[in-house]
Amino acid sequence: MGLFILRRLGVMILTGLCLTFLVFTLTNLYPNLEKLAKTQGNFRMSDEEVSSFLEKGGYLQPLPVKYGEWLGVLPSHRYTNEDGSVQGRCILPGQDAAEAPNFCGILQGYWGFSTVFKEEVAGIVGKRLALTGKLMLWVMLLMVPSALILGVLAGMREGSATDRTLSTVAITTTATPEYVSGVILIAVFASSAVGLKWFKGTATSAMESANFENFFLPVLTIALYGMGYIARMTRASMAEVMTAQYIRTARLKGVSFPNIVMKHALRNALIAPFTVIMLQFPWLLNGVVIVETLFNYKGFGWTLVQAAGNNDIELLLGVSVVSVIVVLVTQLISDIGYVYLNPRISVS
Amino acid sequence: MDPLSWGEILTRIFLQLTPTWIALVLLFVVSVMFKRKLGLYGKLFDSTVGMIGFALVMFWVFTGIFGALDLIVTHDPLAQVSGMKNKVPGTPLAGAEEGEYGWYLLGGDNLARDVFSRVITGAWIVVQIAPIATAFAFMVGITLGLPAGYYGGKLDTFLSFLANLILAFPVILLFYLLVTPEIVETGIPAYMATFLFVFPLIFVGILLNSRYYTQPNFRTPLLIGVLGVMGWLYLSLISEVGSKVHVIPGFMDLFDIPGGILVVFVSVVFVNSPTVFRIVRGLALDIKTRDYVAAAQTRGEGPWYIMLWEILPNARGPLIVDFCLRIGYTTILLGTLGFFGLGLPPESPDWGSTINEGRKFLSIYLHPALPPALALLSLVLGLNLLADGLREESLRD
Repeated sequence: MGLFILRRLGVMILTGLCLTFLVFTLTNLYPNLEKLAKTQGNFRMSDEEVSSFLEKGGYLQPLPVKYGEWLGVLPSHRYTNEDGSVQGRCILPGQDAAEAPNFCGILQGYWGFSTVFKEEVAGIVGKRLALTGKLMLWVMLLMVPSALILGVLAGMREGSATDRTLSTVAITTTATPEYVSGVILIAVFASSAVGLKWFKGTATSAMESANFENFFLPVLTIALYGMGYIARMTRASMAEVMTAQYIRTARLKGVSFPNIVMKHALRNALIAPFTVIMLQFPWLLNGVVIVETLFNYKGFGWTLVQAAGNNDIELLLGVSVVSVIVVLVTQLISDIGYVYLNPRISVS
Repeated sequence: MDPLSWGEILTRIFLQLTPTWIALVLLFVVSVMFKRKLGLYGKLFDSTVGMIGFALVMFWVFTGIFGALDLIVTHDPLAQVSGMKNKVPGTPLAGAEEGEYGWYLLGGDNLARDVFSRVITGAWIVVQIAPIATAFAFMVGITLGLPAGYYGGKLDTFLSFLANLILAFPVILLFYLLVTPEIVETGIPAYMATFLFVFPLIFVGILLNSRYYTQPNFRTPLLIGVLGVMGWLYLSLISEVGSKVHVIPGFMDLFDIPGGILVVFVSVVFVNSPTVFRIVRGLALDIKTRDYVAAAQTRGEGPWYIMLWEILPNARGPLIVDFCLRIGYTTILLGTLGFFGLGLPPESPDWGSTINEGRKFLSIYLHPALPPALALLSLVLGLNLLADGLREESLRD
């Protein structure tokens, strides 16, 4: 088991390196850098001014060198201005060049400086991630129990009227992407046109103080899309377990139906949904981006959109590192959890 | 003219969609009459769920086609009529001329364009792109997934690593990285198109070659003919005068895909292929242990013949089901792109862009955002129900 985890960790690090390099390459293409220079300086820069701006910032070095600097394995670029002052990646505004460290990258814990928010990336990512964490917590609390209940109820009597109805509900929610359900929910519950006005159409105020009124709609919107999928998986696995021999034995023995479901079937039926729930995280990330944009909740997904829209290279890299780590760690947990839950599989 | 009541609006929409209803009824009558002779497609008409799903899907397909033929659309989806800004459904057209349709059936949007016509025109965009993009993703996934599953070993490790790499990427980040104008300027999407669209050629080439390998007299002309036509289409598709990839002269270029659409197409294929790859690889791993594969190996068949003519046909059930689901997923992805204003031009009537525009005024005006949202919902729901019906029917035998 230890070796298995070690190997997976190795693959994870390799994947992370490849992906960040890819993002790095794409964000550092010349047209993107030109756009960056123009948004940083002014929009009427001539071509020479653009290249001198980029030269000063060290953007024109070869790609692997820049990547090494960002990673923290190569000393960072420094440029001496005509007046003798030195500027560079590691030198924070107001800091003396001599005191600044030579290496500053991810490995040293320095994530870079965001050109859009004028703040350090690590701080932004931390703050926004906390906000999104709050959102995700409530999504999970709403989504997982209701999906499991839906799936178990549908799967315990396959083909019954309950099963048909609940399956249709589950299919409908999987067919409704967040931007559709969000729009419908806002239209029905938050707009003055329908007039119910039970909830608020934006969640901006939920960033400080979340309450039912301003936070329920975004949570529900994300939860709905993922719920149907988990419920269908649970239903399938429950239906399979209910046809197993030991369930028949329990029935013949005279165990009551609720007892069969709760004591005999449930534990075995929940192995497959566990994996699915873990693998839902990457999908939820997508939903988070859409919902945070739709409800104007300034969390991690909103930051991603801002960073990508303005080609904020270091923030974008920070965001992708975090999201890739989230995806890979959930994959690892899902694999390990599957092995632990399912006695029929062993790794070595 | 007076504004229409809701009953009149619905009746008029119903009448406006007459060509679609006729086509739907004809299709269903013919299919139900001959359902015993139509294989899996015919069996679909034994399942209620499958029939409902198929009806929903075909409704949008026909609406898209007839909309493109100008049989349904009431107004120009891009024309702005003064005085019609944000007007509620059923508002009579201000200053309507003779021969013009007198109402905005579903109201006007923020730029005073007809919502109804935009939804119908948007259907054509989705109905065109989603299935074709999914088909391309399947070609890529099958061509790479079969050898990965069949041979295993280093090839499998490498390809699976690549697939997982793309899958670990958040889809929206990938879209933002690929579909911005700056990246399009560098030509990366065009190069990706060149790479991804060559897979159908490889697939068909290997498919025919492995089948008719023993009859060279028949195989060689067949291959030259088929690959020649496909190659020309391929070159016309990727080559565009004035873009980075410009391989054949303009007069030989059969058609040009507008730049925005090609980029959207490429990114959707790129995102879908790794998942298809994983499914095909899994199926190939399972099926290669069967007896008929062993029999073919003993017979001395080549590896590609076994993959394409023994394994692939036996994997068709799950693949067809996944194909339906994946078209739905592609539709959702197209909507996502439109929602973030990526790729397609901002005035484009596709559903995602329309929802994105409508959502900004959602607290006051519902009618510009709701129809495209419900349209997208019903199409994806139809595809999911169809997939469910197909799964049930294909499991039955």
